[in-house]
Amino acid sequence: MNQQTTPAIKASLPGNSTELNLADEKECLQVNNLNLFYSEKQALKDINLVIPEKRVTAFIGPSGCGKSTLLRSINRMNDLVDGVRIEGSITLHGDNIYDRDVDVSALRRRVGMVFQRPNPFPKSIYENVAYGLRLQGINKRHILDERVEWALKSAALWDEVSNRLHESALGMSGGQQQRLVIARSIAIKPEVLLLDEPASALDPISTLKIEELIYELKSDYTIVIVTHNMQQAARVSDYTAFMYMGDLIEFGSTDKLFTNPEKKQTEDYITGRYG
Amino acid sequence: MNSSTQRQSFTQWWRSGSPWIWLNAGAVSISILVVFGLLLMIAVKGMSHFWPGDIYQIDYKAPNGEQQIIGELVESEYVSAERFSESGQEAPEGMGHVKRWLVKVGNRKILNADFRWINEYAILNQTTPEDLVVIERQEWGNFYGYLSSVSEQGEVVASGEAAWPVLLQRVKRVTKIRKQIRHLEKGEIGAINYQLEALRLKARKLHLEGEDTPENLAAIKAQEKQLNINYQQLKKTLEDLHRQIQRDSAIFTVMGGKQVKQSLEQMISVLKPNNMNVFEKLWQYVVNFFDFISEDPREANTEGGVFPAIFGTVLMVLLMSVLVTPLGVIAAVYLREYARQGVMIRIIRIAVNNLAGVPSIVYGVFGLGFFVYFLGGNIDQLFFPEALPAPTFGTPGLLWSALTLSLLTVPVVIVSTEEGLSRIPGSLREGSLALGATKFETLWKVILPMSSPAIMTGMILAIARAAGEVAPLMLVGVVKLAPELPMDGNSPFLHLDRKFMHLGFHIYDVGFQSPNVEAARPLVYATAFLLVLVIVLLNLTAIMLRNHLREKYKSLEH
Repeated sequence: MNQQTTPAIKASLPGNSTELNLADEKECLQVNNLNLFYSEKQALKDINLVIPEKRVTAFIGPSGCGKSTLLRSINRMNDLVDGVRIEGSITLHGDNIYDRDVDVSALRRRVGMVFQRPNPFPKSIYENVAYGLRLQGINKRHILDERVEWALKSAALWDEVSNRLHESALGMSGGQQQRLVIARSIAIKPEVLLLDEPASALDPISTLKIEELIYELKSDYTIVIVTHNMQQAARVSDYTAFMYMGDLIEFGSTDKLFTNPEKKQTEDYITGRYG
Repeated sequence: MNSSTQRQSFTQWWRSGSPWIWLNAGAVSISILVVFGLLLMIAVKGMSHFWPGDIYQIDYKAPNGEQQIIGELVESEYVSAERFSESGQEAPEGMGHVKRWLVKVGNRKILNADFRWINEYAILNQTTPEDLVVIERQEWGNFYGYLSSVSEQGEVVASGEAAWPVLLQRVKRVTKIRKQIRHLEKGEIGAINYQLEALRLKARKLHLEGEDTPENLAAIKAQEKQLNINYQQLKKTLEDLHRQIQRDSAIFTVMGGKQVKQSLEQMISVLKPNNMNVFEKLWQYVVNFFDFISEDPREANTEGGVFPAIFGTVLMVLLMSVLVTPLGVIAAVYLREYARQGVMIRIIRIAVNNLAGVPSIVYGVFGLGFFVYFLGGNIDQLFFPEALPAPTFGTPGLLWSALTLSLLTVPVVIVSTEEGLSRIPGSLREGSLALGATKFETLWKVILPMSSPAIMTGMILAIARAAGEVAPLMLVGVVKLAPELPMDGNSPFLHLDRKFMHLGFHIYDVGFQSPNVEAARPLVYATAFLLVLVIVLLNLTAIMLRNHLREKYKSLEH
């Protein structure tokens, strides 16, 4: 299912009037005819989508529409669910991540993920960030120090925690914990960062910080974010995909989708008529 | 107030739920009272044994004439006149009940029994003379009497008033020599015997393997010879010490006025308790208690201390913990993390839970059949053929006891570990996996450390259960008296094949198998108290460790 890029981009776009913008982008991820079943229930229906490199792509849609499932398919977190069946392919820079000989751990090192609720390990701040590095066998103190500092700075957390790196991460506020988790993810320098409603459990100020951080990070990472909050999607993302009941309804540049949606369903949703 | 409002208020009271609060609180209070009452009783009965009580000299009017009795008052009881006359004695007119005392008169070997009952009404006079001496002896129990003189090799060196300080001084000397003798016997001579046995086995092994060439045998012979020379030297020193320790003796006047000679060799401590003030007694109490927990038992376990039993209990429980924890944790990890949750796993889980309900003696039988005879027998065939037909591991011992108790307690560890594993939030697993960790790495680095408090809880429950278990141990390793500790200075230091002593079994043995019931009774309580104390200490250590871990891995409060 390893298809080549450019024609697929055009083909995959429902209503490709944003052709101009998307066509200029470099392709990072490509989802081809993806179907996903939880036992008998189909959660994703024939999804085709291209996620551009070093841009923020948002998935929006009502609860249960499959946006988180789609996100979790990108680093194969759905493998952990019993009775899941996947058809189709997702390619990361041209390599199908669902090929049989793919090393899932290696894939997840390339595609990092941040979850809805902050989930720091019950270790020190330092060890949280160093965790992924240690997994790769990096144990030299000076390399770790350097990378931890770099990751914390990238996550705009360094100034707040530099003097208590060896205290427990559980003593931090929710917003700090979430930025720590982001720092932990980028410490291993992934190519793609998946954010699953990263601000939904946070207060407005922390949310703002996370959004600023996303803005900063997009110059280095391809970011895919799932959000319930349409204002947030409008603020942080370059491209937005609207999903409904497992279908990808519309995908295009955020400006276009929010100001001039092509589909009636999209318009209804963003104007708050249902969902 | 008419009855309807009263009924109303009763109904209200009933519905308010306060009866339930009273019921619950009452149940809790009763449980606490029972536990503390039990502990208090054991403590009081056991710990009073070490108090150096007064010694009484009693003028007693026995049916066959007046007597003098010297001894400690142990306890008293009332006997109804009817029962009293049934025992063949005549109660005085008009007494409904007769109070009688149990007196520890000691001096076994001189008197017929070292305890006797006396009737209070027949006591004519009762005093506590300051000069009364009590001697704790190596053999034959306590001795009571008045000191008259001390002699060295039959020649009197001090008598009358001057004899007491001389006696104290010379008992000190004897104690010192005794220590040297014990050190020599258990330490150096013990080590030589151990090495000789090792050489004998080595020679036999060479013979079995067909490598008993003259050179090899000569080397062994040479070593044996050297050891024997060392032994002869030590033996000479030992004989010398024995001669020294037998040098002194003392003459005492016992009850009834008879003069008795006692060798100082036999004396462990000499006291004049009637002459001691409270602080001296308190100090003596501490010394007695310390001796009890640090000395070897004597006289078929009815005298002396219980140190080997404490040591055996603690060592066996620690060994059991070391064995049971990995076993239980690995099993729980498989059941919870790797196995497909289905009917099979449900059945296994039910089986594991039911294992905890199997009577412990059944485990003992299993341990004897499987571990001792089958496993141990085969280990002997394979690794220790030179010792056969004497078994090495094919006989009850420390290792088999620890293993049997591990089997007994492994369900507890599995259940609580599984509970701990299931409490770890899934988000943490995902967090670790999303960073590129494999399932094993996630388990090892995040899940297991976080479950360690639950694992410790399992271990605590296992310890609590195992430390009190006696029945299976009687089949797989505990003995009444073990000549050697299972851990000593001879390599490999920890002797898993040795039999050991255990506080629980010690209680049973002292209480019910002892030839001297009266002397043993306080020891039963004291040992029971000590067993409780050991278990409490083991548990407290584990609980402190767990609390420390809990603090460290405080779970995320979502």
